[in-house]
Amino acid sequence: MELLVTLVLLTFLVAIVIGIIVLRDLLAGVILLGLYSLIAAGIFVVMDAVDVAFTEAAVGAGISTILFLGAMSFTRHEQKPRGHDSLVTLVFVVITGALLIYGTFDMPHYGSADSPAQTHPQLAQHFIHKSINETGMPNIVTSVLASYRGYDTLGEVVVVFTAGIAVLSILGLVRRRPEEEAPEDAPGDLPTITQDGSEHNV
Amino acid sequence: MKLYPRQRHRVLQIVTKLIIPFVLLFALYVQFHGDYGPGGGFQAGVIFASAFILHGLIFGLQRTRQVLTPNVLRVLMSLGVLLYLGTGVLTMLLGGNLLDYNMLAHDPKTGQHWGIFLVELGVGITVTAVMVSLFYGFASKR
Repeated sequence: MELLVTLVLLTFLVAIVIGIIVLRDLLAGVILLGLYSLIAAGIFVVMDAVDVAFTEAAVGAGISTILFLGAMSFTRHEQKPRGHDSLVTLVFVVITGALLIYGTFDMPHYGSADSPAQTHPQLAQHFIHKSINETGMPNIVTSVLASYRGYDTLGEVVVVFTAGIAVLSILGLVRRRPEEEAPEDAPGDLPTITQDGSEHNV
Repeated sequence: MKLYPRQRHRVLQIVTKLIIPFVLLFALYVQFHGDYGPGGGFQAGVIFASAFILHGLIFGLQRTRQVLTPNVLRVLMSLGVLLYLGTGVLTMLLGGNLLDYNMLAHDPKTGQHWGIFLVELGVGITVTAVMVSLFYGFASKR
């Protein structure tokens, strides 16, 4: 049953990816990306990785969709038609993909109990058996994330902080229009002008 | 029936007003219940920010900016990182290594609890502030 659910969800993922590649409409692409993240979150739940699923649903399906939509306001809603589809590109993509799949053959099977990551006495075994006594946290993910690997998480927070600073230094928090000129209406209150110049009133 | 501009999104606005407190409450639950269930600072920060983003999408950016001004965001962004690093420096001052939470209390478990609490709070504050300011940055340029 679990295998069936995973297979169905993975098939959805492939279909969504093909949809993203084929569609020229960027808005549809962004929505499909959000859907991709949501289904990926579903797969993580099936794999019992609830914390990862939570993050994927909140960040991938939620925030990044909104940020993509925000970024789309800088550009057109339609992808430019490509002049030519090179055969050489296709060959390189296929070779790279085949190499990546070949690389996964060396990895332990999914969920295998005797993989090095599961049997390592100082890592997985230690966390599973001793983390509750050492940190008092029932959730091992939290104790690993915030305590055992606190340096990592510190680095991650600094990365988020740096990304915030970088985007703000490019886009800026300062308004272009002075505060008093800004419209008081919520978006959609006023008739908006679409890209082809026609005015439509909802 | 003629609808005035401000009334056009009445349903959305009222539903949003009803939802936002629950979103904020859920974010706080995810933040402080991360020790026991799934969740933690990153997820809580994103959910907390999404409440403000929802407000901005429905009520317009001007009104959200009055609730959470960009200057406050800039302070919060750094405050989270400082809280995280400050916890680490505090453990060093108390005689341990960087981020050695056992030093924070007499009992190592209590110390771990406090340390993880503070660190996750720092993560949550920074992530919230960065996400909301990214939204401000993108949305205010159109």
